Amino acid sequence: MQFKSLILAAGLTALASAGFADGHAGKVKVGMITTLSGGGAGLGIDVRDGFMLAAKMAGNDKLEVVIEDDQRKPEIAVQLADKMIQSEKVDIMTGIIWSNLAMAVVPAATAQGKFYISPNAGPSALAGKGCHPLYFNVAWQNDNLHEAAGAYANDAGYTNSFILAPNYPAGQDALTGYKRMYGGELAGEIYTKLGQTDYAAEIAQIRASGADSVFFFLPGGMGISFLKQYAGSGVDLPVVGPAFSFDQGILQAVGNAALGVKNTSQWNKDLDSPANAAFVDAFQAEYGRLPSLYASQGYDAANLILSAMDKADVKDADAFRAALAAAEFDSVRGDFTFGTNQHPVQDYYVREVIKEGDVFTNKIISASLTDHVDAYAAECSY
Amino acid sequence: MSTLLLIEQVLNGLQFGVMLFLMAAGLTLIFGVMGLINLAHGSLYMVGAFAAAAVAGATGSFVLALIASLIAAAAAGAIIELVVIRRLYDRDHLDQVLATFALILIFSEGTRWVFGSFPLFLDIPDLLAGPVTLPGGIQYPAYRLLIIAIGLLVAFGLFQLIARTRIGIQIRAGESDREMIAALGVDISKLYTLVFALGAALAGLAGALVGAIQSVQVGMGEPVLILAFVVIVIGGIGSIKGALVGALLVGLTDTLGGVLLPGFFGTFMEPSAATAVGSSLASMSIYILMAGVLLFKPTGLYGSA
Repeated sequence: MQFKSLILAAGLTALASAGFADGHAGKVKVGMITTLSGGGAGLGIDVRDGFMLAAKMAGNDKLEVVIEDDQRKPEIAVQLADKMIQSEKVDIMTGIIWSNLAMAVVPAATAQGKFYISPNAGPSALAGKGCHPLYFNVAWQNDNLHEAAGAYANDAGYTNSFILAPNYPAGQDALTGYKRMYGGELAGEIYTKLGQTDYAAEIAQIRASGADSVFFFLPGGMGISFLKQYAGSGVDLPVVGPAFSFDQGILQAVGNAALGVKNTSQWNKDLDSPANAAFVDAFQAEYGRLPSLYASQGYDAANLILSAMDKADVKDADAFRAALAAAEFDSVRGDFTFGTNQHPVQDYYVREVIKEGDVFTNKIISASLTDHVDAYAAECSY
Repeated sequence: MSTLLLIEQVLNGLQFGVMLFLMAAGLTLIFGVMGLINLAHGSLYMVGAFAAAAVAGATGSFVLALIASLIAAAAAGAIIELVVIRRLYDRDHLDQVLATFALILIFSEGTRWVFGSFPLFLDIPDLLAGPVTLPGGIQYPAYRLLIIAIGLLVAFGLFQLIARTRIGIQIRAGESDREMIAALGVDISKLYTLVFALGAALAGLAGALVGAIQSVQVGMGEPVLILAFVVIVIGGIGSIKGALVGALLVGLTDTLGGVLLPGFFGTFMEPSAATAVGSSLASMSIYILMAGVLLFKPTGLYGSA
């Protein structure tokens, strides 16, 4: 009897000490909620793969990552966030792709004292008055790529654009961003349904509108449908858009319909820097495909966290926050700093869709905006 | 709005309606004959599109791709009928919904497992790429005209099948009295498998036809499935004629509503508010249509009580 309880006690002690050993000795626990199934899974998978690649290159013992699939549904993302904060007890959260999901999760997470590093969604509501000291965006504010497209439209001499985007927070940010920079007239402005797959009615309106150019923001499968139908419609106005409809994951599905289209991005695989070359090579070697801009954002998010870990302990929130804000890591897009609202201050480029051998991809043709600060930074104060 | 634009939008609505008909025809047959709610019908649409993309990628032939979509979806339909659906006929609708919802998840993740998460490439054949000029100077994509033609052809074929063939008689008999036709010596289980495979093949064909102008990706079937349910409720459950009329009504309402409503509100509101109100109302329009139809005809336009 005594012997048994002795063993039990020893066992319990061992368990307890194992628990202590696991207690984040130099390790940071990251909770990643991203879209891994259903439509739009390609985006989440790229963010995850880019993030895990950086974690692996830094050595597997530094980051402990818990990955969950939000299925692109806000209610599921909220449940997962509660689970990660309350039972997994993560230090940092990241991963969300869609702005409507980010709006459901981020304010609650930062209010409970968790860091949130956004690798994609950058809704305007979180960049201005709703900014938070624990919220960092390592990708862009939603308007930014569209502002770059508007600036490009001015350079290209377009004076009568037809613009369309889906009716959700990022879609509204997109048209706002384009109109902020674009100086010409609007031939038409349409909000489509989120997830819409048939654009025949919109294309007919474009044809009848007398526009000289088309700007659209339709991420994922929506963009594939639009471009294929546009190419078949016989309307031959020049098209410009943000990089989301021309990323590496979907270009192969669009095919020839995308060739020659100009799109704007903060990153491309041909950006000339050692960090980028190393990333592109390592990504191809690890996963056997070319990285997309989502993968580059996931990779930068992980490297940002790793750079802050070198300087501060995540338990010391103020010091860790200062270390994150310093952003002393080799970003794959070259120069990278945070503005006062902890969103990127960075350069944006115009890319063109080309064909390399059998593979459709992008090349940079010019710069669009340099050291660009988002429009909401001034409204943010902590 | 010019007449040309309006005619073009009517064609778009027709094309959308015809595509919905291909989905709804199978759904309404399966519900009418077997009394089964099949949520996995959208997955069969996806199976058709993926089979077409795979075959088109391997052979380069669009015709072979269409044939493959028919065969693959019919085979998938027959297999799930034999393995899963057969056990559900005597259960209540809640069990059927639960089981066929599980099938959606199995098909989606299975497809992802085989083809990966990134959308596949399926393009329209070069012959049909680009627009044709219709009388009156309307430019309209040739491929969409083909979809309208195929859809109307299939509708005609189905009417002939139901009205004039022995199988059609058995299907109609099955709808009105299941036990009686079993007692008359018709092999009812074989008939069920056949109807299910036929419905699946139509869904697969729709998936392949539409996949070429949209994106072939996991989960593409579910949004269409919801509309197909609206169609069969409007048309009357179990009626092929109702499915055709309902599909065209929904297609035209959805397309024209999206185009005309923002313009209508634009006549007395400022543009951005008009766009917002108009497009929200347009997305509700088909449900308003459904509610209106049910108000006056609770069993749908051609439904029998």
